[in-house]
Amino acid sequence: MLWKNTYNEFIKILAKPRSYIGLAALTLLILIILFAMKADGRMYISFVTASFEQTLSFNGNILNGNLIAFIVLQMLIVHIPLLVALVTGDLLSGEAAMGTLRMLLTKPISRSQVVFSKLIAAAAYTFILVLWMGFLALVVGRWVFGDGDLIVLNSDGLVILNYTDVLWRYGLAFMVAYLALMTIATLSIAFSAFADNSIGPIVSTMAVIILFTIIGSLDVSVFDHVKPWLFTTHMASWRSFFSDPVPWSAIWESVWILLAHNILFVAIAIFKFKRKDITS
Amino acid sequence: MEQQAIIEVKGLQKSFGSFEAVKNVSFTVNKGDVFGFLGPNGAGKSTTMRCMLSLIKPNAGDIRIFGKNLFEERNAILAKVGSIVEKPDFYKYLSALKNLEIFARISGAEVSQKAIYETLDFVGLLGREKDKVGGFSHGMRQRLGIAQTLLHQPELIILDEPTTGLDPQGIIEVRDLILRLKNEQNKTVILSSHQLAEIELVANRMVIINKGQTIIEGSVAELMNAQETLLHIELTHNSQGAAALIHELLPAVKIQVSSPKTLELNVEKQYVALLNSKLVQAGFEVVALEPKRKLEDFFIQMTQA
Repeated sequence: MLWKNTYNEFIKILAKPRSYIGLAALTLLILIILFAMKADGRMYISFVTASFEQTLSFNGNILNGNLIAFIVLQMLIVHIPLLVALVTGDLLSGEAAMGTLRMLLTKPISRSQVVFSKLIAAAAYTFILVLWMGFLALVVGRWVFGDGDLIVLNSDGLVILNYTDVLWRYGLAFMVAYLALMTIATLSIAFSAFADNSIGPIVSTMAVIILFTIIGSLDVSVFDHVKPWLFTTHMASWRSFFSDPVPWSAIWESVWILLAHNILFVAIAIFKFKRKDITS
Repeated sequence: MEQQAIIEVKGLQKSFGSFEAVKNVSFTVNKGDVFGFLGPNGAGKSTTMRCMLSLIKPNAGDIRIFGKNLFEERNAILAKVGSIVEKPDFYKYLSALKNLEIFARISGAEVSQKAIYETLDFVGLLGREKDKVGGFSHGMRQRLGIAQTLLHQPELIILDEPTTGLDPQGIIEVRDLILRLKNEQNKTVILSSHQLAEIELVANRMVIINKGQTIIEGSVAELMNAQETLLHIELTHNSQGAAALIHELLPAVKIQVSSPKTLELNVEKQYVALLNSKLVQAGFEVVALEPKRKLEDFFIQMTQA
């Protein structure tokens, strides 16, 4: 029954116009970034390299596909949560708002199975979103701008990664980014279990992200004990793959914290949904 | 022959905060019944129906369907139940066929494409299966809702207010569908409705609930016959003479002569035919003899008591 309902969930997601908003917006944004970089990328890069030019000489194709993919990821990873929440926040509450939830729950399928089937569909949708972003950023980026060494500016300084040493980093970075986005998906599903309207869970999810991001960026000691446990603190840990050497222990810590959040949010969703009186 | 109970509801209670929606509802639905579930607005009908489909968990009481406890064997029970709770809602962005395929897939039975088309034919929607539900009228959605309940050949069909919002033609169509389910497919149907006359037309047994409690339960015919009927008699002339004759036959009955041609009296339904023949035998020309008490009056009497 779980897989039959999961199949149903795929049909619903594929048929809903809002599912394509995310993909369309992502495509448009990445194409705009690619166009902007093609038109004026050298100027953009010079802001980064200018401070090093007295001590370093930059040769070769600096503005290459690898750098473009990094810039795209950095720019969009903040905005993609909204695109994810737009679909996943609607999965349970949207059915309540439409009235189809009471039709669904009078069938011989358990409420846990309903949540899990929606979770699997949400995971697949988020995966497609990340995969599409990766394709546009990395494959199209390389096709337009060519290959080359990746120059990354981080808090420790300038990191130069050989072009042969980049692809595996992107592969793992996309996986961690996917886990971070799944945290958003499970959070919005948890909110969705409480609500009977579509907008509430989407807005609530974004409100939590904004709140946690602000707490994370405030340089106030009172939040120092809280910050490491906020999932938003670990959402950018994909960047760590572009440090040299790679800080594996910090990445694993982020992965565990994000996984713990995923499990917590799914547990909340199931706990609430199983006890919910369907009055809509 | 002893009746086989399909649904047994005992001492059902459900509160939402401090509001007691259902205080004490009990009734039994037998196999093959078209069972009317009556009550005024806010009586607790929908809450009871939702409890019977495990949409709402009761605070107390027992619900047994097919002899099994609903909350212990939910999936096994629901695999044999088809239902509409209030209005049937569908995925408006999908076609009627896709909607039925979605619900068939999780119905607990293997439903073939042929069976889906046959069900669409049964409810009169064949030819519209590729149309998106968003463009359907309320009546068409109601019929699609009934199709959705029938896909997996359930033994029990629960219809909560299935005619709400329908025009007279739609009401007749749904009523006919219910009768066909009973007569052609021998289904057990439990039906709640604000259209009380409909219950009278289709149900063989009924329960009336009010303020969250069972008022009365029994066979529609018995409950109706046990009640006095307001009998309106119209003659060509001499209503006074007719009143005198009726008084001789039924001295305890109070008769009201409302005009030289009309009179009204409260009488048990079994005497209506007798009065008619006696009046005709005595030479009175009876233009109309109309029992006016219907289920509405009975219902109002019960729920206001």
